[in-house]
Amino acid sequence: MTKKQLKRVDIILSPYSVSPYQVLINTVKRSKDEVIKEMINSGLRGRGGAGFPTGLKWKLASEQISDEKYIICNADEGEPGTFKDRKILSEVPRKVFSGMAIAGWATNSTKGVVYLRREYKYMVADLEKEIEVFNNKAKEIGLDFSINIFLGAGAYVCGEETALIESMEGKRGEPRNKPPYPIQNGFKGKPTIVGNVETFASASMVCRYGADEYVKFGTNDQHGSKLFSISGDSPKEGVHELELGMSIEDFVHEFGDGDTKAVQVGGVAGFCVPRKHFKTTIIGEGQTTGGATMIFNSTRSMYHVLHNYLDFFVEESCGQCTPCRVGTQQLLKGIEAVKLGEKEPEYLEQLIKLSQTMKVASKCGLGQSVANSFASIVTNFKEEMIY
Amino acid sequence: MSVNLKIDGINVSVEKGSTILDAAKKINIKIPTLCHHEDLCVAGNCRVCIVEVEGKNKLEASCATPAEEGMIIKTNTPKIRNARKDIISLLVSEHNTQCTTCYRSTNCELQALSSEHNIDHERFLSVLKPHTKIDKSSWSIEKDDSKCVRCQRCVRTCAELQHVNALTVSGKGKEMKISTFLNLPFSDVVCTNCGQCITHCPTGALTERRYFDEVWEAIGDPTKHVVVNTAPSVRVALGEMLGMPVGTRVTGKMVTALKKMGIDAVLDTDFTADLTIIEEGHELLTRLKSVLVDGDTSVKLPMMTSCSPGWVKFIEHMYPEYLGHLSSCKSPQQMFGALTKTYYAEKNNINPKDIVSIAIMPCAAKKFEANRPEMRDSGYQDIDAGLTTRELGHMIKQAGLNFAELEDTKYDSFMGDSTGAAVIFGATGGVMEAALRTAYEVVTGREVPFKNLNILPVRGLEGIKEATIKIEGCLPAWSFLEGAELKIAVAHGLINARQIMDMIVAGECPYHFIEVMACPGGCIGGGGQPIPTNNEIRLKRIKAIYDEDEGMPIRKSHENPEVTKIYADFLEKPLGHTSHKLLHTKYRKRNRY
Ligand SMILES: Cc1cc2nc3c(=O)[nH]c(=O)nc-3n(C[C@H](O)[C@H](O)[C@H](O)COP(=O)(O)O)c2cc1C
Ligand code: SF4
Ligand code: SF4
Ligand code: SF4
Ligand code: SF4
Ligand code: FES
Repeated sequence: MTKKQLKRVDIILSPYSVSPYQVLINTVKRSKDEVIKEMINSGLRGRGGAGFPTGLKWKLASEQISDEKYIICNADEGEPGTFKDRKILSEVPRKVFSGMAIAGWATNSTKGVVYLRREYKYMVADLEKEIEVFNNKAKEIGLDFSINIFLGAGAYVCGEETALIESMEGKRGEPRNKPPYPIQNGFKGKPTIVGNVETFASASMVCRYGADEYVKFGTNDQHGSKLFSISGDSPKEGVHELELGMSIEDFVHEFGDGDTKAVQVGGVAGFCVPRKHFKTTIIGEGQTTGGATMIFNSTRSMYHVLHNYLDFFVEESCGQCTPCRVGTQQLLKGIEAVKLGEKEPEYLEQLIKLSQTMKVASKCGLGQSVANSFASIVTNFKEEMIY
Repeated sequence: MSVNLKIDGINVSVEKGSTILDAAKKINIKIPTLCHHEDLCVAGNCRVCIVEVEGKNKLEASCATPAEEGMIIKTNTPKIRNARKDIISLLVSEHNTQCTTCYRSTNCELQALSSEHNIDHERFLSVLKPHTKIDKSSWSIEKDDSKCVRCQRCVRTCAELQHVNALTVSGKGKEMKISTFLNLPFSDVVCTNCGQCITHCPTGALTERRYFDEVWEAIGDPTKHVVVNTAPSVRVALGEMLGMPVGTRVTGKMVTALKKMGIDAVLDTDFTADLTIIEEGHELLTRLKSVLVDGDTSVKLPMMTSCSPGWVKFIEHMYPEYLGHLSSCKSPQQMFGALTKTYYAEKNNINPKDIVSIAIMPCAAKKFEANRPEMRDSGYQDIDAGLTTRELGHMIKQAGLNFAELEDTKYDSFMGDSTGAAVIFGATGGVMEAALRTAYEVVTGREVPFKNLNILPVRGLEGIKEATIKIEGCLPAWSFLEGAELKIAVAHGLINARQIMDMIVAGECPYHFIEVMACPGGCIGGGGQPIPTNNEIRLKRIKAIYDEDEGMPIRKSHENPEVTKIYADFLEKPLGHTSHKLLHTKYRKRNRY
């Protein structure tokens, strides 16, 4: 395979094409099966973190028999260093609503909800205006689908799809046991598609370009484009849209400050990649695809980086399951103890094992993902942990 | 429909919808659990019950994962053992591991897990929160957060079984804890004191407030005359506290033990249970007459029983407009207390101020009830202390008695005579059955038309039971009831009581008389009973209760000779002046929140 030069692109955030909702209007004239197939062929994966194939999710939802189904747009965006969903919703909300409406149409759902992060409350007025435009348009073209906003509960874990549903039902935002998955038993017990803001925007882009064109973005393994929220030691902090499949080396070349020693890919739930692995690591491959990417240069203490992450997890764990509630506290207290010399450096091995237990035994993605950053930082920057 | 799977190499077939844990149980594979409880919905939060499912890297919580066709499960691999050891160690690391001074020691699920898995205290650092205060504000319940494993069994119990929702989860992350409404002291929140949260708690985080030290003090005081009354359901459960199989009847041994402990008079709450039947039965008949004959609209039907103090407090909080439906009869415990310091004192020539009156109950709510300010009709606090079956078990151990070897002794007299009708008060449906045995006979002069006096439709664990009894051949005084169909219902567990109340509120309640017990299964499943309690155990205790009934020479309350005697010597007649003063009470409206 010849190496393809991957570059910045402008698909999602580009201004609207000719007339608003033209993509939606064209799409709902086609057959539903065909559109779902198109979505599967596009290879689009969810942009909310878990990376589940979007087409398959729609297909499963369409096969559910129910008098009511829901389409929920997950705009909880609680991950530190991420602000891409906010950007999409403020700049191109119609792409998101189109994607939701197409999903609704394809799966026979008539109700859409945007679950908006509480901190984004200031956007509600503008979004409501846009939603009114959408709802009118839907009526005009005879599409039985309407959208509402639901203001989030204000905790990171509420971005987890089942906790999100619990919170929409007026309960405490705690993740549920899976299965059943939201597709089977979601909001009010009805089949529910929960999708990320960017996923819905990308879905409408797939419909606009067609799968064949869409897969030309990216590499053979990863198709399409994706927004990255870049923060840390970068002269180009902000949201950038990139083709998928870029190596970290190319990425650092483009966004680093020339002194990059590590890149955290996939946000706090993702992995920390040290310089020696830049060449061989592809952003988003086999990892979480959440959009936050943090660049660290040689002045950073990785101990402090990890300490901050763990502070975050200790706070944001919902606290219901043992491995995550207590495990996060142990990891934090443990690295402090090693740093202070109260525990032998070997204790770090015990902690890495504990993080692996959290990965396999926690109830939801939050506890399961702590090991990613923990093990990668502790393993790659062991000296910084001890001295 | 059934699904087939393989667990540790053994094929098993279970109903669709069963969990992996259910399937394992079926083939006698024991997977350790903590947050799981048979009575409650699935939580899946402790993660102790993890298993390996072939093809998955993650471990699955067996209590929360549905069994699926073709699954291949392993329950004991290095990966599981390591993770489980980590998880139990984590629980221990946030725990106040003072087992030596803990009330639940040797009866604690965390302690058992920790000891089975040989947990090394040094594996992790302690993250126990310093300075947690024990909430001792309630008469009935003590809450010690430092012993809590956050399994949420209490939260689910209070919501699902009792529909009270006194407990919730508050905070997240390391601040997550089990909290009362607004984190107020237990005494200030809407709580029925039923104690079901205690019997469903795996650890010492929730316990009843203990009063046995005060009782020992009184026993040791030569100027005090200590009188004990023991509730019907205690005799079929106490054995469990002392190493005997579930369902063992220990009535005689219990009396012996109490005497050996130095109690001056060991009496039977059954006596006032029988008295309750007479008073409450007459109250029902009087109400029926007022409504059916006199058309008095101030008299409420259906009449509901009032012997369960958790239920009484529930209706005071939740349905205060409907207090008129409650029978005005005090509970047998409180009748006993009021009579101990009047009738009993008089007959035995003891100054009531020197009497210490103690009730041994299956119940946590009885502690609160004993301390209600209105329960002083004798001129003194009628019951000085209410102890649970569990506390009595502890006291017997403290006294160094070899319980299993004790001979049987009869209750002291008087107020020690019992009937089968009183014994069955301990099981759901028992009060109803006892009331019918008496009321039917009062009205018709004939025995209730059920084989062997056993009114089977009101027995068993169904949440709401109902029956209709046609009244025929009335005695002249009750001719207004001729041909009437008496409709009755029995509810246990406050969630079921609420269903009945909602029928009343909607004006759609067809019943005349309803028995309600706050605890699932009735008193045999009470909040003061030995732990664990689940349906299997409830059924065994219930069976013991009915066996005890069948073995009694007298099985109808109105035939209790001491009851006849107290009316002749002291009370005059049912619902008479003295009865009203000592045996009946009023209720009060309480806050809904
Ligand atoms: C702790 C936690 C937080 C999450 N937060 C978000 C979020 O803010 N936005 C989001 O889209 N997905 C979030 N997710 C992922 C969702 O559970 C879910 O997988 C996603 O919304 C599905 O959409 P997608 O298929 O389009 O990715 C979170 C997951 C976890 C475990
Ligand atoms: S893993 Fe953490 S956030 Fe998820 S359910 Fe468990 S405690 Fe809650
Ligand atoms: S609750 Fe259990 S583990 Fe905790 S101190 Fe008491 S007996 Fe020990
Ligand atoms: S005693 Fe009963 S009502 Fe009170 S918190 Fe416990 S379960 Fe709820
Ligand atoms: S108080 Fe008891 S039942 Fe409630 S969460 Fe804590 S340990 Fe579990
Ligand atoms: S017993 Fe299964 S998770 Fe607690």
